[in-house]
Amino acid sequence: MTDNIITVENMSFSRGQRTIYDNISLNVKRGKITAIMGPSGIGKTTLLKLIGGQLIPSVGKVEFAGQDVHRISRSSLYQLRKKMGMLFQSGALFTNMSVFDNVAFPLREHSELSEDIIHTLVLLKLEAVGLRGAHDLMPSELSGGMARRAALARAIALDPELIMYDEPFAGQDPISLGVLLELIKSLSQALQLTSIVVTHDVTEVLSIADYVYILANKTIIGEGTPEEIQQSESALVQQFLEGKPNGPVPFHFPAKDLASEFIGNQ
Amino acid sequence: MEILQRLGRNTIDTFASIGAASLMLYGALIAIPKWKNIRLTVEQMYVVGVQSLLIILVSGLFIGMVMALQGYTILVNYGAEGSLGPMVALSILRELGPVVTALLFAGRAGSALTAEIGLMKATEQLSSLEMMAVDPLRRIVSPRFWAGVISMPMLAIIFSAVGILGGHLVGVDWLGVDAGSYWSIMQSTVDWNEDVINGVIKALVFAVVIVWIALFKGYSCIPTSEGISKATTETVVYASLAILGLDFVLTALMFGIS
Repeated sequence: MTDNIITVENMSFSRGQRTIYDNISLNVKRGKITAIMGPSGIGKTTLLKLIGGQLIPSVGKVEFAGQDVHRISRSSLYQLRKKMGMLFQSGALFTNMSVFDNVAFPLREHSELSEDIIHTLVLLKLEAVGLRGAHDLMPSELSGGMARRAALARAIALDPELIMYDEPFAGQDPISLGVLLELIKSLSQALQLTSIVVTHDVTEVLSIADYVYILANKTIIGEGTPEEIQQSESALVQQFLEGKPNGPVPFHFPAKDLASEFIGNQ
Repeated sequence: MEILQRLGRNTIDTFASIGAASLMLYGALIAIPKWKNIRLTVEQMYVVGVQSLLIILVSGLFIGMVMALQGYTILVNYGAEGSLGPMVALSILRELGPVVTALLFAGRAGSALTAEIGLMKATEQLSSLEMMAVDPLRRIVSPRFWAGVISMPMLAIIFSAVGILGGHLVGVDWLGVDAGSYWSIMQSTVDWNEDVINGVIKALVFAVVIVWIALFKGYSCIPTSEGISKATTETVVYASLAILGLDFVLTALMFGIS
């Protein structure tokens, strides 16, 4: 029994003609916070969807708790997903239900618990994210940060083993960012959750992560503990960490030479 | 050469999407019905059926009234205004009831279904259902499909009934056709199986086609605002064309000269 809850082995994935990942391998250790960082638009969300079995890799395999996510039957996949929680970038709360019903939704779908117990459980989950007082609000009445916390309460409703955060800090003000950071950390410790945090907010995530992968150019360009990553000698990693506009990742989208664009190719 | 290429690609794309649509329907319908899903279906019947009642009632009434008015002005020349009853009843039961209800249903309920599901996709609600181990095909698509298929024929029956009453209003109450002949000639001319049941079968076929197109267009739309708007438009256009095309086929099968 390894302590890796997720292993991705030599996986490639392409969408149409475009290759998103070219032969990547990574491991996520049980009970730890693993950060996956990289520039926007390189398909970090795609990676989470591959792990969750919503997309199928063209080559390679993804294992979750020893089971190959893409080879098991549809019903086993659905069983497996009960052990995963995912926090979507938009929160993805059901807009026609109150916060309470949103959090109660997975419990009502998957458990035979009585309404009384569900009521208690939901309030406890909401208490954990600090939104017990907001349980009868509708999603449209919540601020962005509150919606994300409510969605987090829903994601942990079934006490999953793994929770995947898709860009949890994008577009948050400093206070809600701090709250979310604290929540990710405390949930991971208190519930022994394994967490995968996909983000491009470097400083925030380096402060809580146990292990970091940096993705760019369809592959993994750096990995290690936050300390190791910060001392990395790779120019690409340093460009990303320091946010330099130009470097190995070019400022310009690939194009032909500027002069020949204007003069034409006579 | 390029034209051939494009033709080939379009053909392949068309068949691929028909395949995808069939798979969606298969995934949605092949399931043991659960009590919870029946409740969801009833909720959806309220949304697509009951909330479409007003437009169906008003349209049915006016179409019946127009039919009576047009029919009377022609029939009265031959002194045959007594046949107004069967004329109104047959044209509404056989054709206008199912077809107009279906067109209205596609515009009123079909477009709403596409937009709703498209927006659920755009806001990642469908993805999050999947990640919560709830199959969106069974939870979202299936109740809406059944609700549409059950409601639409009922709406068509209501449309036809109101249409015939509208014909009575204009023909009998206003233009003075004899009420006895309006009803009795209608009774002796209209056949239960031939006219009433065939009309309901048409409505049922249209319902399946409309709801299928609407759900698939929403489920497979590009999850952006333009994508949803395009999908909604396509739902109404494709569904309307399919209704009119299928109506001809069904009419030929049901009433065609053999």
